[in-house]
Order: sequence, then C-alpha cells, then structure tokens
Amino acid sequence: MSAAISTEVSAQDATQPQPRPPLLNGLRLSDLRLSAVLAPLAVGAAFLGGWQLAVDGLGIDPYIVPAPSAIWDQLVAARSNIVDGMVVTGRNALLGMLLGGLVGVLGAVVSSMVKVVDQMAVPIVAALSVVPIVALAPVLYTMFGAAVDTGRIVVAALAVSIPVYLNTLRGLRQVSAVHRELMWAYAATPTQVVRTVTLPTATPYVFTGLRIASSLAVISALIAEYFGGPVGGLGKAITSAASSSNYPLAWAYVTGSIVLGLAFYVVTLLVELWFARHAPRT
Amino acid sequence: MTSSKQTTGETTPGTTSRDTSAQAQAIDVVGVDRVFRRRRDEVVALQDVTVSVAPGEFVSLIGPSGCGKSTLLRLVADLDTPTSGSVTVFGKSARQARRDQDYGIAFQQAGLLPWRTVASNIELPLKLHGVGASERRARSCELLELVGLQDFGRHHPDQLSGGMQQRVAIARALAERPRLLLMDEPFGALDEITRERMQNELVRICRETSAAVLFVTHSIPEAVFLSDRVVVMSPRPGRIVEIVPAGGGMGTSHERTDEVRDAAEFFHTVATVREHLHGAPVVGARAVENR
Amino acid sequence: MLGRLRAGLLGALGVLLVAALWDLYKAFGPEQGVLVGERTLILPRATDLAMPHTWEMVRRLFEPATGLRGAPTALEAVLDASAFTLSIAARGWLVGVVVGIALALLMTRFKIAEAGMLPWIVLSQTVPLIAIAPLVRRWGAQIEFGSFTWENEHSVALIAAYLAFFPVAVGGLRGLKSPARTHVELMHTYGVGWWRTLITLRLPASVPFLLPALRLAAASAVIGSVVAEVSIGLRGGIGRMVVEYAQSAGGDPAKAWAPIFGAVAVGLVAAGAVGLLTLALRPFHLTETIR
Ligand SMILES: Nc1ncnc2c1ncn2[C@@H]1O[C@H](COP(=O)(O)OP(=O)(O)O)[C@@H](O)[C@H]1O
Ligand SMILES: [Mg+2]
Repeated sequence: MSAAISTEVSAQDATQPQPRPPLLNGLRLSDLRLSAVLAPLAVGAAFLGGWQLAVDGLGIDPYIVPAPSAIWDQLVAARSNIVDGMVVTGRNALLGMLLGGLVGVLGAVVSSMVKVVDQMAVPIVAALSVVPIVALAPVLYTMFGAAVDTGRIVVAALAVSIPVYLNTLRGLRQVSAVHRELMWAYAATPTQVVRTVTLPTATPYVFTGLRIASSLAVISALIAEYFGGPVGGLGKAITSAASSSNYPLAWAYVTGSIVLGLAFYVVTLLVELWFARHAPRT
Repeated sequence: MTSSKQTTGETTPGTTSRDTSAQAQAIDVVGVDRVFRRRRDEVVALQDVTVSVAPGEFVSLIGPSGCGKSTLLRLVADLDTPTSGSVTVFGKSARQARRDQDYGIAFQQAGLLPWRTVASNIELPLKLHGVGASERRARSCELLELVGLQDFGRHHPDQLSGGMQQRVAIARALAERPRLLLMDEPFGALDEITRERMQNELVRICRETSAAVLFVTHSIPEAVFLSDRVVVMSPRPGRIVEIVPAGGGMGTSHERTDEVRDAAEFFHTVATVREHLHGAPVVGARAVENR
Repeated sequence: MLGRLRAGLLGALGVLLVAALWDLYKAFGPEQGVLVGERTLILPRATDLAMPHTWEMVRRLFEPATGLRGAPTALEAVLDASAFTLSIAARGWLVGVVVGIALALLMTRFKIAEAGMLPWIVLSQTVPLIAIAPLVRRWGAQIEFGSFTWENEHSVALIAAYLAFFPVAVGGLRGLKSPARTHVELMHTYGVGWWRTLITLRLPASVPFLLPALRLAAASAVIGSVVAEVSIGLRGGIGRMVVEYAQSAGGDPAKAWAPIFGAVAVGLVAAGAVGLLTLALRPFHLTETIR
C-alpha cells in the first residue's frame, strides 16, 4: 500500500539522470517580468469588478456572497482585530514552519546518509503525506492541552515537515556525476563533499519544500483552531463571525488569512529564487 | 584473436626519445582488462591494454565512441578499477596517486560548481587541500591569466560561454601544478575555431608547466596536433590497435604552432592514424571486424 | 524481489520503532509533560488519557464502536466511513484532474493565460477551504434541476476537487512545456499544427510530470474530503468521525485514534490506486531520457 508514495522517492534515485522535480521548480529571479505582474493584476481586477457588478446588479444576498465593497468596509472597520488574528495564527504558522523545516531537513540528511533509516521512514512519511494533518488536532489537544498553542504549532510543523523532508532528500540526491567524480578525484573527505557539493546542491530544494509548505503551514494552523482552543486566531474569528451572520466580516477575516498565506508564500519564494539564482537552467 | 598484443609493449615508439630509465613513468598501464557485468550482459570495455606515458609526454587516446577511451582514463584517475592488470601512476598505485593529488583532471562537461564564482571554482582544489586564502587568490589570478579570463574571476559559470567554462575547468585542473593532466574530450563541445585556439593554448600551457598529459579525443587532427604519440583504439572489445608516433618534422608536442597544421608531416600522420582507425591495412583491426 | 522484501521489513520495523518510542515516552516521560513558562507544554502529558498505549489503540479497533447493543466494532465503523469518504474523494479527484488538465492546456496554448492565471491558481491554495466550505453548501442548496438536487456530498466532493486540481494544473503545465525547444521546432518544420504537436509531443512528454501530480492530487482530494466533511457537517465519513470520536476521548482515549488510522488508510488506498495507473503509463516514462 505504501508503494504509491515510496515509488516517488525511490524511483528518483533508481533512474539517476532524474531531471527536475515536478512542481514549480526551476524558477529564477530573472524570469520575473512586467507582464508577469500586469497580467494577473488585470485578471484580478476583472474578477473583482465582475463580482461587484454581479452582486449589485443581481441583488445577491450577502448570505450567499457579500460584495467586495462590503468586505472592504469590514476590512477597514475591523482591521485591528484582523491584524491581531493574523499575528496569532501567523505566529503558530511561523513556529510550525521553523520546527517542521528543521525536522524535515535533519530527517532528510539522516535518511540520505543511512539507507536503513530512509527505508524505515518510508511508511511513516507515506502515511503522514496522505493523512489530513489537522485530523490529528483533537488528539494533539488532549496531549498538549487545547488552551495553549503547542498543539496548533505541532499541526503546522507536521504539515511542513513532509514536503521539506521529501524535497530535501531529493535535493541531497541530485549531486551530478561530474561533481561527485571531481570530489573523488580531489580525494575530498566525506565532510568536504557534503559541505562543498551536497549541501549547496540541495539548498534550492530545501526552499522549494519550504515554499510548497508555506501556505500549508498557515492553513493548517488556521484549520486547527476549528477543532477547539481559545478565541484569537483567524480560524476562530471566521467561524464566530459566520455564526453571528456577519458574512462580510467573515470574508474580511478570510481575506486576512489569504494575505497571511500569500505573505508566507512570497517570502519563501523570494528566498528560493535567491538560492537558485545560479542553478543550471533546466 | 588477441593479435593486437604485439602492437603494444613496454618499449613503445616515442618513449625512446625521452629519458625514462631514471624515473618512473607518469602512467604505466600493463595488461589491463575491464569488463562491465550487468545482469546477464557482459561488456568488455578494455581488453589487454598496455600503454605508458612518460613524464612531460603528451599522449592522445583516439577511437570511435564506445571503444573504452573514457574507461581507460578513469582507471588512471582511480574513478574505476580494472578487472585485471595493473595501473601505476608515477610508480604508485592509482589510488595512492589520487590520494597524493598527483594529477589534475578535466571532463567533457566543465563540471563547474554553479554556485561558486569562476575564481573560487579554480581555487576549489586548493581550498580542499588546505591552502591559505591569500595563496589561493594569487594562484587563481595567475591561472585566470593563463587561460585568458582575467576579467571574469567574479562571474558565475552561468554567465560564461561553453568555451570559457571549459577554460575555467582546465585552469582548475592546473591549480595544484600537477605533473600529470587527465583530459576526457575537454574540447568536445566546442566549435572548431574555439577548439583550435584552445589547442594552441594547451600546447603553451603544457610547455610552461611541462606536465604529462593523457588526452581523450575523437578528432584525428586534434590528436595529431597535440600529441607526441597517438594511441588508436578499436571497440568491442576495446583495445589498442596501434600507437602512432607524431613527431619528426612537427617537433615535440611542446613545439607545435599553427604552422604545423599545414606541415606535410602533419597530414601524413593524420593519414596514418586514419588508416589505423578505419582498420583496412591493419591486421589487428581486421581481426575485430571478422568477429 | 529480495530488495522488496527487505524494504517491506524495514518499513514495518520503522512503524514498530515509532510505536515503541511512543510507549517508551509514555513509560518514562513526565506525567504532566514538560512545561515552558507557566503553562505551555512542549512535551506531551504521559497519562493514559493523553497518550493511550499503542496496543490499546489497536485493541480498541476490535471492540464495539458504541455502547449500543449490536453495535459494529470500531474497525467496521471506520471501514464504512472510509469507504464513504473514499468514494467522495474519488469523485473530487476526477473533477479536479479534468479541470487541472484543462487549465494546463489553456495555459500552454496561450502565454497570456499562463501569465494571468498562474498566480491566481497558486493563490487559490492559500484560501482556507474550511472557510469556503459552508459557502459551497449554501450555493449548492440553490441548485436544483429536474430530479437532481445538490447534496452536501457534492459540496464535499467539490472542495476535494478544489484541492486536487492544483497539483494537476501546475504539474501538467510544466510537463506540457517540458519538450526541448529543438523538439518543438522539429514539429514546426514538419508543418504540424498545435494540436498534432500536443498529441505527438507535449502529451507524452508531460506524463512523467503528470503522474506524481496525479498522486499528489489523490492525497489532496482525501485531505479535502475529510476537512470539508468536518466543516460542512456531513455525516457518515471519516472527517465527522474524527470529531465525534474525539469527543468521547475523556472516557475512551484510544477510540479517537481509530478514525485517524482510517484516514491514513483512505489516503494510502487513493494514492496506491493512482500508483497502479502509473504502471499502465510506464512506457511514456522513456520520453524523460530521450529529451
Ligand atoms: N559504468 C558502466 N557500466 C556498464 N558499461 C559501461 C560503463 N562504462 C562504460 N561502459 C561501456 O564500456 C564501453 C566503453 O565505454 P567508454 O569508455 O565510455 O567509451 P568511449 O569513451 O571510448 O566512448 C561502452 O560500450 C560502454 O557502454
Ligand atoms: Mg567517452
């Protein structure tokens, strides 16, 4: 049963000249163009405009979907509450990301060095990558207590650690044959090989993992709030606004969470592009 | 079936012109076989290969793809081990020679580390072997000048053309002033014009460093222009057909200039190598064709 | 074959090791956990309530799910719920894959579509779907034609699709754009139009990218279904069961783990089913090395 996930990992080292990993890899700073900014802005503006017109023109109930202008009003009115919520949820997501990133990278380094550990980890990694991590929230709350943030941080960390682990492991195996042979020809020590070739090769992959995990961290921290815990975060705020039928406010909180997720994504994306700037173009 | 044996031997033509009795050969390959086994398949990449390279001598390996040129070079570099036979480098085992860093190596791909600048790529072997920063800097400046890239030290490899990258790789191979250079089709990916320029540079570099060179190529003129001796190989199984001396009117490998490319001796040697490559008049090669 | 067996044994060993660590911590860890500051636990409480024995979790599976007479065992209840969630996730996956591939094709065909839409596709995944889940249910409630009425089940499947389309769209786009420029230009010289190029070149070339994307989509569809079941309040699936069983954790801590095992099983079955698809499309993997 674990074959599905394990083949993804092991097939990559079996066929050595495995090119790029499947998702958005190989991005570069120089790929960012003006059209890459203008086109999505145009699409976004058209979308918001159409939405506003539809709500106004068709008289759609805010219960179904509130107008962007109504959401904006709430955004402005409740901005300090929204920012507070972003801080609470964002802090959990950030701590989870740091913790999960650390666990993922260290785990991958160990797995890449000790084949046995790699194979022992396969079913656990497979299970964690297909299970909704937030489903663990209730049991984590009984373990750590729902009143404190530990459970929510652990949820975010678990969600982050898997993509970081898989991508780092892949990166650690990307060392090209020429570089490996060069190091051998230089009679470099294993530590030197790791420092000069393996780690620099893997670094962009680590950040690819972190980028994939970034919005996941925010969403996981946020959804975990639905399973209990004190008021304060965005997740709780969305539910309580919706249950008091203040839909524009609920949407304003949703907007806050999108902004938060986007901020995490963009920061990790920029870091990734920075580290990948000299990677050979694939 | 093993008729190619007589064409090679410890006393090969060309080596006689140099004094080899006092010191060890730069490379000494004796009776080497290399068989790759993959499940049921067996590929005899090298069969009974014997060849040597004297200190300061330039020897080329030439032959069609798959005849085992890279395999032979990799055995010398200790990137691979022979199935049987012996490989010694400066009188030591290949492994010991690698540990002692007795050779510099350049591959067909430049193999530069993309995240390092050109200068720090050249300094890489020095850094790995504990040379201090200021000495490294001085050496990389020297080498950048040698390969004509003095303005590019702070660039990254992705900002250089293929030919420039290859020059950096050669500079890196020279960083530790090795007495032996191993080069596997280093100019293979270059255009003819850049290629000839690089060949001239290589002649100059070898003259200035007096390093011995084992050079893999599949260009006949390139092999003849650069070498003291050209080792002609044939595939399946990979073995040495003939060792053609390239000297006489062309002088030693350190004395080659662009004029040599027009010399009669040059054309003559090219023709000889070609004949051996195509096999017709050579007993050993015919034996291969009949298999 | 032996390698498979070894991998399987090691994998089982890994799971056992995690279970052993759990119980070791439970045996030797502090009853009240490890506190930082006043009340923030950084290591969990080791009580039976917080951390039931691993064997309790397993044993609990074979006991009746509820106190009612004739209640099925927890395992049976979990299997039922798993099958339900799996069927919803499968529908969501299918819709997501179709939408994802359509978007990938659109973005491949029109550069402007890629520039304008890709950022929004990425952005779509930062929307907490739990927030839109109730909304989808409300929208669905408006839909009714003929005998068809929109059930909550459909809302859950739609949200599963919302998560599943993303890896397919992004992976598909990369795959469709993966053929080397030379190959595309070759098709151009053949005078072949965009559609033929798509069929003969781009689609086969996208397979190696699409397969992992499809597998990711399967996992995402399961995750989406479970979370959406919770926020829409759909009964009968694993998601709702996680919440319900967690509520009885006070008196029956091991019970809360049963649906978690179920969720893992559903995810693995979904990913495994897509893995079988991989086998069928294996021949196209060759395109990867030809490039
Ligand atoms: N690692 C290897 N495993 C199996 N066969 C190999 C390996 N390396 C080389 N060969 C085989 O040995 C033969 C010689 O290869 P090589 O030395 O690379 O040829 P050349 O460099 O002359 O083109 C070829 O048939 C090649 O397929
Ligand atoms: Mg070769």
